[in-house]
Amino acid sequence: MKVAVLKGGRSLERGVSLRSGARVEDALERLGHQVLPIDVGPDLVKRLAAERPDVAFVAMHGVGGEDGTVQELLEILGIPFTGPGAAACARCMDKVQAKDAIDEAGLETPHWFAFNQTAFREFGAADALGRLEETLGFPLVVKPSRGGSSLGVRFARSAAEVPQALISAFSYDDRVLLERFVDGRELAVSVLGDEPLPVVEAILLEGDRYDFEARYEIGRTRFVCPAELSAEEERAVTEAALATYRALGCTGFARIDLILGDEGPSLLEANAIPGLTDTSLLPQAAEAAGLSFEQLVERILDLALKPAAA
Amino acid sequence: MAEVPEPTHRRRSHAGTRDLERYAGLFAERTGVMRSSAMRDLMAITARPEVISLAGGLPDTSTFPPQSFAAQMTRIAQESAAKALQYGPTEGFEETKDCILEVMGAEGMLPDPDDIIVTTGGQQAIDLVCKTLIDPGDVVICEAPTYPGAIPTLCSYQADVVQVECDEDGMQVEVLEQLLADLRSEGRRPKFIYSVPSFQNPAGVTMSLQRRHRLVELARSQELLVVEDNPYGLLRYGGEPMPPLYQLDGGDFVIYLGTFSKILSPGIRLGWAVAPPPVMEKIVLGKQAADLCTSTLTQYFVREYFAERRWQHYVNDLVEIYRGRRDTMVEALRTYFPAEATWTEPEGGLFIWATLPDYIDTSDLLAKALRADVAFVPGQAAYVDGRGSHSMRLNFSGVDEDEIREGVRRIGKVIAEQVELYGTLTGEHREPAPVEEPQPNVVPFRKAEEA
Repeated sequence: MKVAVLKGGRSLERGVSLRSGARVEDALERLGHQVLPIDVGPDLVKRLAAERPDVAFVAMHGVGGEDGTVQELLEILGIPFTGPGAAACARCMDKVQAKDAIDEAGLETPHWFAFNQTAFREFGAADALGRLEETLGFPLVVKPSRGGSSLGVRFARSAAEVPQALISAFSYDDRVLLERFVDGRELAVSVLGDEPLPVVEAILLEGDRYDFEARYEIGRTRFVCPAELSAEEERAVTEAALATYRALGCTGFARIDLILGDEGPSLLEANAIPGLTDTSLLPQAAEAAGLSFEQLVERILDLALKPAAA
Repeated sequence: MAEVPEPTHRRRSHAGTRDLERYAGLFAERTGVMRSSAMRDLMAITARPEVISLAGGLPDTSTFPPQSFAAQMTRIAQESAAKALQYGPTEGFEETKDCILEVMGAEGMLPDPDDIIVTTGGQQAIDLVCKTLIDPGDVVICEAPTYPGAIPTLCSYQADVVQVECDEDGMQVEVLEQLLADLRSEGRRPKFIYSVPSFQNPAGVTMSLQRRHRLVELARSQELLVVEDNPYGLLRYGGEPMPPLYQLDGGDFVIYLGTFSKILSPGIRLGWAVAPPPVMEKIVLGKQAADLCTSTLTQYFVREYFAERRWQHYVNDLVEIYRGRRDTMVEALRTYFPAEATWTEPEGGLFIWATLPDYIDTSDLLAKALRADVAFVPGQAAYVDGRGSHSMRLNFSGVDEDEIREGVRRIGKVIAEQVELYGTLTGEHREPAPVEEPQPNVVPFRKAEEA
């Protein structure tokens, strides 16, 4: 089968995407497929039209590749592709939209408020901050609405820290959200097809737990898979993740991140195209379920070609 | 002859996560401190052709005459092929050392050729010095900010890096004195003090003569080693030449590191170290273990190149080009950066260090700047402890004057947006500050006591 691997692009997560893509290409070759690697650029449509791959493996992260843009193109070109469809990608990428959908589905997500820059620049939204801070309490989390990894995510421990955190978050997106900080265990549930994979827990080894960089630096966070959960906790967590997956309209795969606090699971976000590098969580979860990386890649391809069978 | 089988894979397959865990138990402890960060990923996109990169530290190699390059390489091929393709002595060829003596002589230094080792770039010289001197946990002192490329080297030898603030006159040697006293009272003796005294990377500042004398006195009286890294000494665009620490000390307590990268080519990977004989003996053993010898081919190239006796003309040409680029960058900063920003005006070297208001994090700003197709190095890269997040390093040697102007304009625009937004958020709505004085923003470094 001729498989186009779409990777790279212009997003801030280009580096991770190239690593995901390279690893997928290797696996596809070992599986005996004809691989067409494409570093996505202005010639994408021309190349796809000329090469006519049987399926596209989307190994892109961040804006452009994970937000439905590339998926929409592939839908128009009639090329089957891996991972969620355009609409679901767009919903997952935008944390505000995702939280709306999660909330509407009756699931628990930390309380939040969202703003765009215009609200501050033209409508004096700064004057509302005090009241929101009172509602959310401190510390609170400030995030760009669209953006991957930890980029631009900041904790504010007091009102004085909020403007600076907003400036950081606005560096990545025109819309930001202020979110209540929920204390608890950090879990990630990858879903493959309609099956939840074993839960991964991220445990910060050293440093300030409010330091987001630390969470993504190799060596400062330890990932445990499967996470040590009671049967009851595990059921609650996977059910919440699956319900989120469905509420967002995901197909193929996705990774749901959540906090397990005293009040049960609280959903943070969904990643439509989670990383596939050798340190990424989806492949780790798949391995814990007994799937090698090749088997994972093959299963992802099957889901793309036979969505009904999923 | 047996046929070579076609490789079945383009690349060796990557390890699965389970394999990774299997290897994890084998990794040396030092790999734990080798860190990858989100910023490194950000830097991956500065390579896009449409991005004006003020992030690199690249010298301009475009003016090196190709005919001259071709002639030298041809001569080597015709006259010395066998030798140029052979291994060479670990210390480097005597002829290469003659070239090094010329370069160091141009700054008033006269080392003994036996004290010199030719290395694979200046970076290997740093690595070999670390390898020779650092045990895990040893204190090494360097400047704050320091050369970003030295940090991974120091960390991989598990040094305990302590940084001493710079101001417009380089490392604050008074602060260093206090630090040394504090360390002594804890029974700790730093293995060495690493400094780039002239046109420092990244800060662009130059250590004053008085501080140079004081630093050398300290080293001599306390028997401390100073590692002087001087890649840019000959790239001076204004002001009076400063004696290198090596010259002031005479080579007893100063280990000197030099390179051909900035005066000829970084691609030839030729640098050197000068050290007192007992230290040099160990460095040579370390070099032997690392790579046996430095590329003989590029040593031959340097020999041929120096034989033409034009190397100083080429350096002078570079100085003219870089002076123009520095002036353009300073001018552009005055025009496009907000009044709250400050920056250095270096008398030489390749870099300007700009500092923004406290509420702007330059790693985040880089994300915004990349959307405007311009890049710089966020200041955090020059610190071991997360400081520097309001500063940035700007390179003016690698791109032409039009691009410098446009690049600085783009950065200035994204900063202005941040400044305005912050004003809105805090209710301190500020008018764009009028530019009254001709040079309102020079002297960027707040003295440590004010910081």
